[in-house]
Amino acid sequence: MSRGGIRPEQTFRLAAHETLQNSQMRRNLRSATTAIREKRLRSIAELPNWQELRVEGAALKDEALAALPELLLQLEANVQKAGGHVHWARDAAEARKVVADLAESHAAKEVIKVKSIATDEIELNGGLEERGIAVVETDLAELIVQLSNDRPSHILVPAIHRNRAEVRELFIRTLGADLPTDEPAVLADAARTFLREKFLSAKVAVSGANFAIAETGAVCVFESEGNGRMCVTLPEVLITVMGIEKILARWQDISTFLRLLPRSSTAERMNPYTSFWTGVCANDGPREFHLVLLDAGRTDVLADKVGRQALRCIRCSACLNVCPVYERAGGHAYGSVYPGPIGAILTPQLLDMHDANANTLPFASTLCGACFDACPVRIDIPEVLIYLRGKTRKPAIESMGMRAMAWAMADPGHFGLAMKLARIGQGPLVHDGVIRWLPGMLGGWTSARDMPAVPRTSFREWWKNWEAHGREG
Amino acid sequence: MKIDLFITCLNDALFPRTGEATVALLERLGHEVRFNPGQTCCGQMHFNTGYQKEALPIIRRFVDTFRDAEVVVAPSGSCVAMVRDLYVRAAEWAEDAKLMRDVQALAPKVFELSEFLVTQLGLHDVGAYYPHHVTYHPTCHAMRMLKVGDAPLSLLKNVRGLTLTELPSADQCCGFGGTFSVKNADTSVAMLADKVANVMTTKAEVCTAGDNSCLMHIGGGLSRLRSGTRTLHLAEILASTEQRVFA
Repeated sequence: MSRGGIRPEQTFRLAAHETLQNSQMRRNLRSATTAIREKRLRSIAELPNWQELRVEGAALKDEALAALPELLLQLEANVQKAGGHVHWARDAAEARKVVADLAESHAAKEVIKVKSIATDEIELNGGLEERGIAVVETDLAELIVQLSNDRPSHILVPAIHRNRAEVRELFIRTLGADLPTDEPAVLADAARTFLREKFLSAKVAVSGANFAIAETGAVCVFESEGNGRMCVTLPEVLITVMGIEKILARWQDISTFLRLLPRSSTAERMNPYTSFWTGVCANDGPREFHLVLLDAGRTDVLADKVGRQALRCIRCSACLNVCPVYERAGGHAYGSVYPGPIGAILTPQLLDMHDANANTLPFASTLCGACFDACPVRIDIPEVLIYLRGKTRKPAIESMGMRAMAWAMADPGHFGLAMKLARIGQGPLVHDGVIRWLPGMLGGWTSARDMPAVPRTSFREWWKNWEAHGREG
Repeated sequence: MKIDLFITCLNDALFPRTGEATVALLERLGHEVRFNPGQTCCGQMHFNTGYQKEALPIIRRFVDTFRDAEVVVAPSGSCVAMVRDLYVRAAEWAEDAKLMRDVQALAPKVFELSEFLVTQLGLHDVGAYYPHHVTYHPTCHAMRMLKVGDAPLSLLKNVRGLTLTELPSADQCCGFGGTFSVKNADTSVAMLADKVANVMTTKAEVCTAGDNSCLMHIGGGLSRLRSGTRTLHLAEILASTEQRVFA
């Protein structure tokens, strides 16, 4: 099974301490993110109205989120009218139970899956396996993650931390495939041979959804490999698990996202497969369609007027690809199926700011702002990071230090005194004008960086003297 | 023009020569520089680390200190971005309508040094002389929040005697991030390693930028590695002349 979930097992600092030492992963991530970054910039440069599109995308999502209760009921009614069934899941456990009960009621021993982060979020694979139902991931990267009993490390490219040579070795070991080289075509062919049989034999498929349209009841999946198209058309039963924030009000709204999403995620003008379905159709596609609407903390996020913008996210992963922290630490350091900048604001909020490890994620950023510039729905990620930092409990020693600094900054007299004290206190630490060792938390700085010593004269002292001597020299 | 200098707490305490250079430069250009000793800090460190309540008195002090200024100039993109972009958030989150009004009145008058020279004074050549090989790191907040663009580079290109080499992957963050550099030191250093490697490929003797915070980080790495490359604030290069070259 592939492990999922959103509860980090440790703090970001400790997790990153480990992942940063994986030089293979560092190299894989650097080359993958650098390539996609450049490609995305070329792709969006083709659209002269890109900035207007971003504003439009943000407004459409905000509009839908503001009317969420009404739109969800409208969606439910329209899905039912088209012959589908709608289930409401308050949390991950309820959603897992709905899906497992449905699979069991069709005596399915195996279900096939389209890549879906919502189902990774609720740890659906583990839930189904506990009930004796095997799960087969059909997205190539998700399959790689599943076969290696790994965790996804990227929203769009779950196995971005792996390279071709590693995948070849994995396929030889787990699929018993005979692979002469690690050419992409050879690897894809091995996966295809394995998956074709699954597509044709599975009775039940599980998908996520990129968007759902309230006014028509249509649900859709954007994908690249065609595995999704097979999953949503071949099996008899289709179960779609969708976060409630994925809803759009009108059919026409999708046109904005058809332009925003592919260019932001794979940097393509259009993704190869976009599948829409509305309930069930006579003589074609699945005989039964179930839509599971997942809350799992989302209504609480919606109630927060600063944090709610995270719910605009369309899971493109552009913010991951441009993030310098993500590029170094990798997705696993975030300990959640939502890594990177968006994960740093989504994960702790979905856990209601009560998970101590998840609460370290908003600090996993230099606030460089690259994510905000890249976001196709203009989520001001740095703003939300700062805001969420304010909602976390801080280490006592840090709070003391920060309160002392706040006291110093509250008054120029205090500040002058603090500078004098620092000048005296640093004495034994200064060698050749720099400090090479600092105690406690500050030692994080001197672990690899020198610190300039506090000079004898502060600027304000220089100014006072300079003014007193007639502003000369 | 009467210019109020906001020196920033970091420059005041650790980099006073950047302040001296800023004063020398603006006076050489014919402006009157004032320093209000009531100033302390913009409050960014507290605000961005999640101590928003503690940041409020510092923010209010800044607003009170510079209320009557004609224009405020600071040799720091990051601190100016705090004032221009984040003070409104501070007021909004604190639900302080008076602070909001004060901030909205003050923020448009606050400028980062290089953008002030280029966009407000219309200058690209400030008559500087600096006979060294230099590379320039655009700092994140100046680039993405203030959108200073090429202003610093156009100023550097007009400095006599200066050889400028473009920094590869210049737009990548150096990894400082304020308290991030300490709280997530390993990740911060991993980012710094790449920045330092890029600086070294330029073979420049000086790496400059508009923020001493980022330069303290990059310089801290260059110094620890005994790289032989030093860091220097842009203001000190622009203030340098044939008569007085800043280090």
